[in-house]
Amino acid sequence: MTSLPTETTGKKLGLVIDLDTCVGCHACVVNCKEWNTGGYGAPLSDLDAYGAEPVGSWLNRIHTFEVTPEDAPASIVHFPKSCLHCDDAPCVTVCPTGASYKRAEDGIVLVDEDMCIGCGLCAWSCPYGAREMDPVENVMKKCTLCVDRIYNDNLPQEDQIPACVRTCPAEARHFGDLGDPESDISKLVAERGGMDLMPEMGTKPVNKYLPPRPKTHSTVEPEAPKAKALDAKGFLGWLDKTLEAL
Amino acid sequence: MGLHDRELNKSPHVSDEVRKTTCYMCACRCGINVHLRKGEDGQPKVRYIEGNRDHPVNKGVLCAKGSAGIMQHYSPARLNKPMKRVGERGKGEFEEISWDEALTTATQWLSEIRNVDPKKLAFFTGRDQSQSMTGWWAQQFGTPNFAAHGGFCSVNMAAGGIYTFGGAFWEFGSPDWSKSEMFMIFGVAEDHDSNPIKLGLAEMKRRGKKIVGVNPVRTGYNAIADEWVGITPGTDGLFILSLVHELLKMGKVDLDYLLRYTNAPHLVIDNPGGADHGLFARDKDGDILVADRATGKPVKSNAKGVKPALQGVCKYARGKVARPVFEMLADKYMSDEYAPESVTERTGVPVSQIKRLAQEIAEAAFEKEIILDQPWVDMKGEKHDKMIGRPVSFHAMRGISAHSNGFQTCRSLHLLQILLGSIDCPGGFRFKPPYPRPVAAQPKPHGGSVPNTPLAGPPLGMPRGPEDLLLQEDGVTPQRIDRAYSWDAPLSAHGMMHMVISNAHAQDPYPIDVLFMYMANMSWNSSMNSKGVMNMLEDKDKDGNYVIPKIIYADAYNSEMVAYADLVFPDTTYLERHDCISLLDRPICEPDVMADSIRWPVVDPATQGENRDVRGFQSVLIELGARLGLPGMTNEDGTAKFKDYADYMANHERKPGVGPLAGWRGKDGDKHGRGEPNPNQVQAYIDNGGFFEAHLPEEARYFKHANKHWQDWAVEMGLQDGPVENIFQLYSEPLAKFQLCAEGHMEPIPPETHKQRIRDNMDPLPTWYPTFEGDAVSETLYPYNALTQRPAAMYHSWGSQNAWLRQIHGSNPMFVPSKICDEKGLKDGDWALVSSHHGAIKVQVKRMEAVNVNTMWTWNAIGKRSGAWNLDPDSPEAKKGFLLNHLIHELLPPKGDGMRWSNSDPITGQAAWFDLKVNIEKAPNQDGPTEPQFPKQKRAKSSPTNIEYGKEWTK
Amino acid sequence: MHPAISVIFFTVTSGAGFGFVALIGLGVPMPESGVGAFFASLIAGGLAVAGLISSTFHLGHPERAWRAFSQWRSSWLSREGVCAVFTLVLFAFYALNWVFFDNRIGWLGLIMAIGALATVFTTAMIYTQMKTVPVWNNVLTPVCYMLFALTCGILLAGSFGYWEAAVVSLPFFALVSIVAAWGAKLMWWQSGETLSSRGSDAGTATGLGSIGKVKLLEKPHSGENYLTKEMVHQVGRKHANKLRMISLLLGAGLPIVVCLIMLIAGANGFLFAVAALAMIAGLFVERWLFFAEAEHAVSLYY
Ligand SMILES: Nc1nc2c(c(=O)[nH]1)N[C@H]1C(S)=C(S)[C@@H](COP(=O)(O)OP(=O)(O)OC[C@H]3O[C@@H](n4cnc5c(=O)[nH]c(N)nc54)[C@H](O)[C@@H]3O)O[C@H]1N2
Ligand SMILES: Nc1nc2c(c(=O)[nH]1)N[C@H]1C(S)=C(S)[C@@H](COP(=O)(O)OP(=O)(O)OC[C@H]3O[C@@H](n4cnc5c(=O)[nH]c(N)nc54)[C@H](O)[C@@H]3O)O[C@H]1N2
Ligand code: SF4
Ligand code: SF4
Ligand code: SF4
Ligand code: SF4
Ligand code: SF4
Ligand SMILES: [Mo]
Repeated sequence: MTSLPTETTGKKLGLVIDLDTCVGCHACVVNCKEWNTGGYGAPLSDLDAYGAEPVGSWLNRIHTFEVTPEDAPASIVHFPKSCLHCDDAPCVTVCPTGASYKRAEDGIVLVDEDMCIGCGLCAWSCPYGAREMDPVENVMKKCTLCVDRIYNDNLPQEDQIPACVRTCPAEARHFGDLGDPESDISKLVAERGGMDLMPEMGTKPVNKYLPPRPKTHSTVEPEAPKAKALDAKGFLGWLDKTLEAL
Repeated sequence: MGLHDRELNKSPHVSDEVRKTTCYMCACRCGINVHLRKGEDGQPKVRYIEGNRDHPVNKGVLCAKGSAGIMQHYSPARLNKPMKRVGERGKGEFEEISWDEALTTATQWLSEIRNVDPKKLAFFTGRDQSQSMTGWWAQQFGTPNFAAHGGFCSVNMAAGGIYTFGGAFWEFGSPDWSKSEMFMIFGVAEDHDSNPIKLGLAEMKRRGKKIVGVNPVRTGYNAIADEWVGITPGTDGLFILSLVHELLKMGKVDLDYLLRYTNAPHLVIDNPGGADHGLFARDKDGDILVADRATGKPVKSNAKGVKPALQGVCKYARGKVARPVFEMLADKYMSDEYAPESVTERTGVPVSQIKRLAQEIAEAAFEKEIILDQPWVDMKGEKHDKMIGRPVSFHAMRGISAHSNGFQTCRSLHLLQILLGSIDCPGGFRFKPPYPRPVAAQPKPHGGSVPNTPLAGPPLGMPRGPEDLLLQEDGVTPQRIDRAYSWDAPLSAHGMMHMVISNAHAQDPYPIDVLFMYMANMSWNSSMNSKGVMNMLEDKDKDGNYVIPKIIYADAYNSEMVAYADLVFPDTTYLERHDCISLLDRPICEPDVMADSIRWPVVDPATQGENRDVRGFQSVLIELGARLGLPGMTNEDGTAKFKDYADYMANHERKPGVGPLAGWRGKDGDKHGRGEPNPNQVQAYIDNGGFFEAHLPEEARYFKHANKHWQDWAVEMGLQDGPVENIFQLYSEPLAKFQLCAEGHMEPIPPETHKQRIRDNMDPLPTWYPTFEGDAVSETLYPYNALTQRPAAMYHSWGSQNAWLRQIHGSNPMFVPSKICDEKGLKDGDWALVSSHHGAIKVQVKRMEAVNVNTMWTWNAIGKRSGAWNLDPDSPEAKKGFLLNHLIHELLPPKGDGMRWSNSDPITGQAAWFDLKVNIEKAPNQDGPTEPQFPKQKRAKSSPTNIEYGKEWTK
Repeated sequence: MHPAISVIFFTVTSGAGFGFVALIGLGVPMPESGVGAFFASLIAGGLAVAGLISSTFHLGHPERAWRAFSQWRSSWLSREGVCAVFTLVLFAFYALNWVFFDNRIGWLGLIMAIGALATVFTTAMIYTQMKTVPVWNNVLTPVCYMLFALTCGILLAGSFGYWEAAVVSLPFFALVSIVAAWGAKLMWWQSGETLSSRGSDAGTATGLGSIGKVKLLEKPHSGENYLTKEMVHQVGRKHANKLRMISLLLGAGLPIVVCLIMLIAGANGFLFAVAALAMIAGLFVERWLFFAEAEHAVSLYY
């Protein structure tokens, strides 16, 4: 079972994250923790919560990068990261217990925490830092793609989406079926040149990232003005003419 | 293996009940759905908090702080019982007492004052969201010494806007996100309108429209902006006026708009040295004159069908000449002083960028004009069959307002918007109800202090001119303890809370007896010169009595300020009390929606922890009012008029038919806006998800400053009592009057010391002058700027007790531009000494490129006093975190004249946090902790070590 | 990577133990029976078992360790468990026969030796398979592990003093093995595969490389987390070089000198034991570095 599913429905649920609009507000991070700590599997605990070295487990985190082009000033990109639900998920195949698995039905990668021995190998094998061992419960935690929301009949239909997507105030997170080229998010990916992270790792991530749109650099020269600049005299003339027309 | 997935409960039980209320992890006031589920002890416990999709503010989304509400509500730093101080001030040593003892003590202290001299009570309420009630309480008590935090927060923004066009950003209005073609955001890291701004930016992005960020630091909103203007702090005014210069030169201003809605044609008396110089030319009826374009003759500005001139000298009376405002402003801003070439060096903005942006703005406004087929009628009765939009919008916050030139800079930005004709038009900036509300429609400030007598009106308001200052008989000494509405800061519309402690300590203008504060961490992040403030609070006179004799403080948590109180009222958390987010106060409307909302106890404090005995502060205040016998809070027979705050919310009337809440008024709850009190009103709110909203009629949605439909609707809804004239004040006559006072032409006359600065800074046309601290300290000693920014995931000091948020921001580095790092040999993680004219701090450095080359910055309010907030005394907040406040002084460095001016805007008194000039050097000792450090504050109780929140539900 | 003591102890001791088991199984001359055989079995089996037990200290839920045998079809850790237990069961049977019946069953020994080497191989593969740690993801990793195991086995076997019966000179065999093992290790060190040599950098980790140079400005959380503690471990270059020298001196230098002495002056059980201990001590240092120096993909963005 810890092998990857050989037969699938072709459905690949995942997230598309828009680096062009993410303002790095951490809303998705905290809402994810809040939803999941009383939900799927063990709580997301916090060690030394009010102490000198607090450490908790989280399923989603935001990095902030500075990107410096050769010929333009540096810019900042806020970068959310959670499990990418890879097609070739090494975290699944390394797992000795079968706790880690990828669902055939929708491609979600999950940990059955009751089976997890907490060996940490899956976290080692993940290039994306998407798995964290819970510091108190000692089982491996990871993004569940909110599997306990997206099919949950106790929630209204419109809320059957991941917590992070529902809460993101900048609409930087999109959820859907990336296996279906006709889905809204597949189209978004196609339109915006959605990319894979570290393709060289061969993990074939399902989640995609939309790159920041190109910026205008401060030294870009103005085009020749459409309206001619007016000198003081010209200004009065213009004023009269314009008022005349009103 | 096939399609046999494991068994998995995909529909787990979520919660037993959802209760809808309003978030208070910050002042944005989003609607929240609080999911409750039975905890191990059988009591309801918060399972999950999400945004309320129906709510006008957040439309379902929730920020990081809001999502961490669980940890705020169950924080181990919560106060549980009233306390009286037993140790020395500042140590944090308390004894728990009963509510009765606490209220009896407070009543005794306060009634002594009220019987003799009510102004000896200074009642300052911090980031209060119930100011209409607390202000009313102060008024009934009879002390003028009331304000909330606005004076140190962003009064420049508010006053700059109200005095210019009867609105401002944030609660007053917002960009037309769905129609703007171009959006510029100045000096905003997070802002109060946290979620709406993000939703709006997302909408602009979705529509593919251009966003320009003007900010020395390129994080957050500026990171996603399509273009970044990495401006030098304190110079936005110059940059904006340079854009104005370019637009005027291109003839890209909306003359029709200016003629209709602004004082551009109004005639200003040109009589240098005369007692009327700079005032509007008026006829004998007192009506302002304009020059008729055809004849050049003066006519009433409000005459029907008048076609006023915008240029040319007009002889408006015998021997008297006047010129239209527009000509004056064209002269001023078209001068070379504001040419891009003249401002580029100071602002750090390239000439090409200024020129290009001016063109892009002009193009968006005039080439991409929007036309809505929406007929409407203006206040003059003229019918329009269309609404014409100039789709450029702007937003700004403390980056421009928290400077000593902030009032004028805010005015400059509004000038720019008005010249473009983009205020309250489709695609431009839009008023939110109840705005527009110009100065004339606002109360004046009220002073006085008569034993056992209420003030004649609210303590805070908008002065119309010098006649409304609150001065003592001598015409010089301030009436108020914070020196608001005095020559120090004539238009200090929000008071000056940041000066209260230092003035009370200096007993200048007079000593006070009780300092009563609520929700403001004044001994820490809320004050400039935090250490000095701590000393003032601890200071004793020669008899061994505290210089500030009695301090009452209401807080919900064990903050740094609690340690300095003599008597502590423990407030509830935001999930345990009634609150009222009222249209009389700081409303939560959106441009198309008039809205207000409530909080209600979604959990009962009695079930939320052992020995928890807390009360909502507003209810406490109402009970105190009754005990003191304050009018409005007491019945004829001396009994309490209101049971508690909820009772007040439903039954208090500000004027007949208008009360704190607008929805479901009338006995049967069928009236909105106006109507007699409804005893079931609070329940009606609860049933509706905690809020009320009414949508504006389509024809009332734009041009509200001149829109008859809006006026009628606003009157019907109780937002105003009659039509309000709102002419945009490009030229501000009140400022001209203050200048005349300084010239000695108008009463009252300011003292010699103040004349020059009033003349120089209170220019009636928006202007720019260098920030005071920058001007006062040596450029070689302190060559750099230092700023703070709001972290999106942390709210001032109160986020650090939150077990989740403190993992994100548990300590703060100083982000230092790479150029400075290279010059000073600083690497990531190095300890450095950052110094200002006032002191030095020791901090860790983080190198950064995407920042103005002369500006370093850090996250605000992460540093904590050791032991405060029930955190481990060795927590990273105390040992690696720091406050920039230790470098900022409430006074400017002494000048030659021996005067020490307050570090504030000279017009509004706004604290000039961002004027700070610093130097940085590598610290000789490369070990932590940060400096300064303070003696440990006693922890009220120990905090749990580990948290496994929600474990009971996961089994 | 975080150099966890339990894992270092596990790989070194179980490597040595299974190496020894392999040599026994291959029929290296040993005491015929009784006390000598008992001690040899105890040391071989003991080291292997101690290593395995130690490895469970690394687990969050050791009580569920039995589950780790289930996924041999895909997981190297699972295979390692299966191989180890399989080999140890065979070894127990072999040792019983040996100690009590004076009977070293040749065919069983052979299977056992294959099992032991397979165990060491699977251990190595746990690390080798990690594309996230390029320096491990190298054919030389299992070569080193197996050669180290064999060398330890030879030196341990030699300690029992039965070298004379050997077909080849045991000290010479040991010398060759030591040189081969450390030679492989030197090549491993040389190969020095890094994230950047594999084409990964902050640019590919973020997909932002095409825009410009990518640098982390702020970590997601101001403090540490599981990932930074587990995957991001920095050792100073100087420090690392010093430790390499120590591991070479202890693990290679000293045993080589001892072997040379034995080649000249004749073999000696005590000297073999000294060489074995030095080797194992050297391997502890080598193994610490194996983890501590390994850069994980996570370090690209933390
Ligand atoms: N260096 C620097 N300093 C600054 C600023 C800056 O930009 N730079 N900004 C300034 C500005 S604009 C502001 S507004 C101030 C903000 O500073 P403060 O107004 O002091 O804000 P907080 O730190 O959030 O603290 C307010 C207090 O309210 C308490 N509190 C929280 N919730 C409740 C509640 O439900 N009931 C009661 N009764 N109390 C509660 C908290 O425990 C805390 O003690 O900081 C100012 N200080
Ligand atoms: N998450 C969160 N939200 C908050 C708060 C919080 O503590 N946390 N606090 C609330 C409060 S009380 C307030 S007052 C608001 C304040 O909201 P903001 O106005 O967003 O407050 P600041 O973080 O002070 O941001 C000031 C911004 O101005 C920039 N700046 C500084 N000087 C200049 C300048 O001269 N020119 C320009 N163009 N930019 C400049 C700074 O780099 C910074 O980005 O936020 C409110 N919202
Ligand atoms: S909530 Fe949205 S904008 Fe905020 S950090 Fe997450 S993805 Fe970015
Ligand atoms: S992102 Fe990491 S944890 Fe998630 S599936 Fe891919 S490899 Fe596994
Ligand atoms: S930590 Fe748990 S899920 Fe991860 S590999 Fe080990 S047993 Fe599997
Ligand atoms: S999908 Fe769910 S579990 Fe995954 S990051 Fe989002 S909120 Fe967290
Ligand atoms: S912005 Fe966040 S903290 Fe503020 S009210 Fe809204 S959800 Fe609450
Ligand atoms: Mo503020």
